[in-house]
Amino acid sequence: MTDGRRVLITGVAGQLQGLVAQALEARDDVAHIVGVDVREPPEDLDRTRFVRADLRNPLVGHVLDEDGIDTVVHLSTTTAPGAAGGRLRMKERNVIGAMQLFAVCQRASSVQRVVLKSSTAVYGSDHTDPASFDEQATPTTPPRHGFAKDAAEIEGYLRSTGRQRPGLELTILRFANLLGPRVDSSFLSLFSLPAVPTVLGFDPRLQFCHEDDAVAVLELAATGSHPGTYNVAGEGVLYLSQCIRLAGRVPAPVPGPFVSALADVARRTGRADLPADQLRFLRYGRVVELDRLHREFGYEPRYSSRAAFEDFVERRRLRGPVQPRMRRAGVSYGRPDADVDRR
Amino acid sequence: MSGEHAQVISIAEQRAARDARLGAGVDDGRPRCAATTVEGRRCRNYAVSDDRCRVHTRREHPAREPVPPRREPGLYPGSQRSGAAAARGAQRSIDGPGHGASTAGRGAEAGEPPPREPDAFAWAQRELARRGFGRAVDGFALLRELADDRLAEVVRAGTELLRRRLSGDYTVDEFGFDEDLTTSVLLPLLRPLHRHYWRISSHGVEHLPAEGPGLLVVNHAGTLPVDAVMTRLDVFDATGRHLRELAADLVFRTPVVGPLARKGGATLASGGDADRLLAAGELVGVWPEGYKGLGKPWRDRYKLQRFGRGGFVATALRAGAPIVPTAVVGSEEIYPLLFDLRALARLFGLPYFPVVAQALALPVVGPFALLPLPSKWVIEYGDPILTAAYPPEVADDPMAVFDLTDQVRGRIQGMLHTNLMGRRSVFL
Repeated sequence: MTDGRRVLITGVAGQLQGLVAQALEARDDVAHIVGVDVREPPEDLDRTRFVRADLRNPLVGHVLDEDGIDTVVHLSTTTAPGAAGGRLRMKERNVIGAMQLFAVCQRASSVQRVVLKSSTAVYGSDHTDPASFDEQATPTTPPRHGFAKDAAEIEGYLRSTGRQRPGLELTILRFANLLGPRVDSSFLSLFSLPAVPTVLGFDPRLQFCHEDDAVAVLELAATGSHPGTYNVAGEGVLYLSQCIRLAGRVPAPVPGPFVSALADVARRTGRADLPADQLRFLRYGRVVELDRLHREFGYEPRYSSRAAFEDFVERRRLRGPVQPRMRRAGVSYGRPDADVDRR
Repeated sequence: MSGEHAQVISIAEQRAARDARLGAGVDDGRPRCAATTVEGRRCRNYAVSDDRCRVHTRREHPAREPVPPRREPGLYPGSQRSGAAAARGAQRSIDGPGHGASTAGRGAEAGEPPPREPDAFAWAQRELARRGFGRAVDGFALLRELADDRLAEVVRAGTELLRRRLSGDYTVDEFGFDEDLTTSVLLPLLRPLHRHYWRISSHGVEHLPAEGPGLLVVNHAGTLPVDAVMTRLDVFDATGRHLRELAADLVFRTPVVGPLARKGGATLASGGDADRLLAAGELVGVWPEGYKGLGKPWRDRYKLQRFGRGGFVATALRAGAPIVPTAVVGSEEIYPLLFDLRALARLFGLPYFPVVAQALALPVVGPFALLPLPSKWVIEYGDPILTAAYPPEVADDPMAVFDLTDQVRGRIQGMLHTNLMGRRSVFL
């Protein structure tokens, strides 16, 4: 067996997780990859050893010991209660699963670092928020429910694990909304509706992270040494109204008092899964600082928020009915130096 | 499906098929035009007179042409050359072979000579007149005369703005400041209020820093924060710099107002945001009296309230940014606040619930009563206090911060008094 990292990826059947596993397989400095999930991974993975197990299963601990895993990449946090089979099961799998995983990591002597995919949702979303959050910022209103609360709790458990085992290297990556041709997100369901629902009188500021950047950052974190917490997003900020115009779609403003009732209807009919924390986000949005990602992590995202969004619209064929034909010729969007494959 | 996609459709074949169809089947008894087109086929239009269709009648008897436009309008404000180019483009689009299917009847004429270069402009005008655009061209020319040739520029800028807004082709900074929207839409809408309604005159513009960071400290009054918006516009018109307002969180909670404030450059009045803006070299405006100044009763007009906790001074000290004390006179009188209904304010979660003097006229003049009063405003920018002279650790010395806060407050109060003494009346 050659030298190199021995990596365990949780939730490997997921879309982004599969891409990360593929990216790690392509590297020479990764000797061994184990993927854990309850479902069979659909991606074509060559040398990943797949273990069908729930994170709450003690089997995971045995795998860590047997395969001599030194890097655990925890990616299996689910964001949508619908896909997980209800909010209760989602919480069970997210929080209790993470607790169990971190517990076995603490026990397993081979594990040297844990990489956690978290979300900028941990900062909450409120009108008293500062213009942008840096990694040290405490949320003005801590998220009280849904995925954001899970993410905040999981981060807390990981930090306490780090305190219990001082040698353990912790990398927490807080991703902004992921967009891309292969990874599904809440924005996909939002922009797949005939008209994009907005909250009347509110226009959130948004940041996006392209899936290519997300995979690259996770790959770097798994193969390098980047202890600390980092926000990950593309450069720049977009308003939701601007996104709707860029996609040529039509907004459907919903008066504030009816928003949660309408989201409930959308959830029941299966059109869009918008939990309560997402509804707050649709009002106030959220912007994070990227200084640490650039300087300390040393990664410059290839896609700006705008380029990520435009690529997402283009590749997912989400361009709507409004198509101003007045677009000037020769206008390039996003960063001109980014070698964005756009047709 | 793929087979259909790959099928090659020949235009000639299509034409032959259509001609056969028209020649054989479709004959409704009405006489057709007897002329032949350039392509040597029969014209398929209905005849109107002398066995000629509407198009060929005009081509063969130029005398029957409709009356040309009275004025000699130009197509474009540009040179004759661009007119000629446009005319050539028009010619191509009319007679081009690609249009054979739809415009074969009027396009493929034998009588029309190709326009020579010098005549192209006149030809384009004739063509426009013939198609019934004459009045529109006349109107455009009239507008151009009235607007002194700037009209085309204005129209072009307007469509360009519309294009940018509709296609989302603009950028906002991390605070949500949308410079395009602000300079092209929001500020022009406010300018009439500044010029004609409150007739704002400003003094001491030279005290505003032309570049680099600066902190404007301004008195706050008038029940609604109109003074902040007007000061921002005044600073922009005087220096071309955008004053970034630090606003209360209530603003961002309010629908419509919140996003508009953000797009206009405002951000939350918090130390972090102010530090970031000053570090980026922006001009920042702060109204340290806050609600206490905005919602003070009529009897306390032009009495400065407590200046918060002096956080703005510490911020300026940290950034080494000059503090420009600014006094606004006139804003107190736009909404004289008579009562503050505390119970209602608590119910709605507002800092105060104002009953303004105009509200007494509500039964008489209806909603017009809620318009602000047209008082005459004076804005004075005072001598800047150069905080760069202080060592940065002063920001952590509460005593020094309090002293500096009092100094700023005193200067603003002094300027308020001077300008109040100087004014003839509230409204003139």
